[in-house]
Amino acid sequence: MSDDVSVMTGNEAAATAARLARVQVIAAYPITPQSPVVEQLAAWVESGELSAEFVAVESEHSAMTVCIGASTVGARTFTATSSNGLAYMTEQVWWAPGARLPIVMCVVNRAMAAPWNVLNDQQDSMSVRDAGWVQLFCRDNQEILDTTVQAYRIAERLHVPVMVCYDGFLLSHTMMPVAVPSPEQVDAFLPPFTQPFTVVDPADPRNVGPVVLADPRADETGAVRGGYMEIRALHHRALLDALTVIPETDAEYAAAVGRSWGGLLWEHLLDDAEVVLIAAGSLGTQLTLTVEALREQGVKAGVLGIRAYRPFPVEALREKLAGRRLALVFDKALSYGYEGPICSDLRGSMLGVEGAPAVFGAACGLGGRDVTPDDLAEAARRAIADLEAGARTRETDWINLHLEG
Amino acid sequence: MTTRILDLPDVSYVLPGNRSCAGCGIGIALRQITAALEGRMVMTVPASCLTVLGGMFPIASVNVPWVNVAFPSTAAAASGIAAGLRATGREGEMTVLAMAGDGGTGDIGIQALSGAAERNEDFIYLCYDNEAYMNTGTQRSGLTPAGARTTTTWAGKRENPKDIPRIMEAHGIPYVASTSAAFPADVYDKVSKARGITGLRYIHMNTPCPSGWGFDPKDTVRLGKLAVDTGLVVLYEVERGVFRLTGRSASLAKSGKPRVPVSEYLATQTRFRGMKPEAIESVQTWVDERWARYVARDAGACD
Ligand SMILES: Cc1ncc(C[n+]2csc(CCOP(=O)(O)OP(=O)(O)O)c2C)c(N)n1
Ligand code: SF4
Ligand SMILES: [Mg+2]
Repeated sequence: MSDDVSVMTGNEAAATAARLARVQVIAAYPITPQSPVVEQLAAWVESGELSAEFVAVESEHSAMTVCIGASTVGARTFTATSSNGLAYMTEQVWWAPGARLPIVMCVVNRAMAAPWNVLNDQQDSMSVRDAGWVQLFCRDNQEILDTTVQAYRIAERLHVPVMVCYDGFLLSHTMMPVAVPSPEQVDAFLPPFTQPFTVVDPADPRNVGPVVLADPRADETGAVRGGYMEIRALHHRALLDALTVIPETDAEYAAAVGRSWGGLLWEHLLDDAEVVLIAAGSLGTQLTLTVEALREQGVKAGVLGIRAYRPFPVEALREKLAGRRLALVFDKALSYGYEGPICSDLRGSMLGVEGAPAVFGAACGLGGRDVTPDDLAEAARRAIADLEAGARTRETDWINLHLEG
Repeated sequence: MTTRILDLPDVSYVLPGNRSCAGCGIGIALRQITAALEGRMVMTVPASCLTVLGGMFPIASVNVPWVNVAFPSTAAAASGIAAGLRATGREGEMTVLAMAGDGGTGDIGIQALSGAAERNEDFIYLCYDNEAYMNTGTQRSGLTPAGARTTTTWAGKRENPKDIPRIMEAHGIPYVASTSAAFPADVYDKVSKARGITGLRYIHMNTPCPSGWGFDPKDTVRLGKLAVDTGLVVLYEVERGVFRLTGRSASLAKSGKPRVPVSEYLATQTRFRGMKPEAIESVQTWVDERWARYVARDAGACD
């Protein structure tokens, strides 16, 4: 292919993707570790390398609001944030999908305060998983670039916003070789954002996003229009449609650019694996080393990586996991008082499945706590021992935790 | 430009029948606001009485493009709409109007508004000030006047309202105006003038609210005028930093006649019922001091 390979950080990969997608309106507010994305885009807009409106808002709430306003009038929009920034914009994180706007946002995953911690885990994006966005997790900088470009296609086909999640510092500030597709390749893959009609037109005025009652209601012609639940059901259906659109988009991207990322899930040494290690993001990349080490010790281990967390790929997971002995999920987030979010989602989707594996969970890497492939292998051996001792469920295993007493 | 009330255009983008209360000042003014923009506009509206006035899906009561947004976000939404129109080459097609209540403007929305004003975004921001959170049942806002009983100040609010137009002026934006829904021609003229200016234009509009203030719906205009005659509400504009009194406030200042005592205005509304004489006196002093400052500024003094 005509790709130009550069060595760049994850943040540069995200900014490059936004440029290649020819975004028209960018609004963002700085926060570690996302800031370099904003700085880079501001520089390109200033230098004229990117023809877009850059709105230097005073908060993340306004960053998402500007995207909402601009997307409503038909502009392609981009923003990025992390951690407390995402929490601060939460009201609008719900508004954007409810209004069915195809906004793309990179979330550079970082731990939530308090206490302050700027390092990586995935608690931020997990805490808004129910808001109705497509959530895609990336394992390296190349995937950040490719997924961010793909995100626009997915968002604009389905009219739902897409969150591209990648690990703070581990990816955002780490240099890797990244193949940059040519603008022509991306243009061929991603047509301009045009809608069959605009919802904002003085010649055909509409009231966008008004109060909607619980029940269907007749309009002035007598035709009955859906109520709140119908609108939400259509939104839910769009997310379920994403289960098809995400892999299709990945395949179209492969045809145009020459790379694909597995669609909903990706795998490593999974074929004959009895023990399957599961994670989202760069932790999955580490798990590939872990399973290689485990295999040397005679454990038939493999990796199943979560690329799409929302929609949750239930069928694909069932197909991949039926017949295995153990699924061990590593979460870099927790639903406090319960367990890791991916773990509980996975356990739920295995219920009633013939030959379903035991599902165990582990919490790791919170607030940037180091976790090595060896630590992960040890956790896998503990889980196997628990299984062999007859456990079918188990409390969350906290990796590398050093509590006194 | 001063339009006489009989010369106001005979068009209405506000359709007959909407969900606001009888006598609501918002509806009176919205006719003039949309007429001044000749419907070539997009308005953005946060949670408020105005949302309710706009209608419930799938029926709308105002015939102009209207984008509802979250309560704190009006000025940011208008910034986004303006940026989106520029980015898609449509900025000449319509004026962007952000229209929000006093709570949505001066309390929860002030951060986004201040940001947009500092960036001098290209839209008109119109705050209709009904002096409380009416949509949620008449709770106090930062713009509720001293003495007013609300559902969170049962004994009457102690503090004077904050002066949002002055805060907006401090941002150095090209146009700031104060008007009242009781003066449709003044509203029309100020929005018309704002339409011709580029950058952030802020208009503050006193908006009598029969339900929240406790008066007969037939008296909306009478009360709005009375507020101006006391000096509690002052009609003025600040164009590129130059202040001048307008309309009835200008004539009042010029005439040198005494203003109506605030006690007369306060007596017309149940929200001020039982206000102590000292509290009334303190409002009178506050109004007198402010009035003196407005008159001095009109005469060219800096403050
Ligand atoms: C974040 C958030 N907090 C609170 C509310 C509830 N709420 C809706 S409208 C409103 C008051 C609006 O007051 P104002 O802006 O003065 O407009 P009015 O209703 O008086 O016209 C409140 C508190 C909300 N919608 N969103
Ligand atoms: S409560 Fe007041 S402002 Fe709200 S609709 Fe009724 S009269 Fe108008
Ligand atoms: Mg109000």
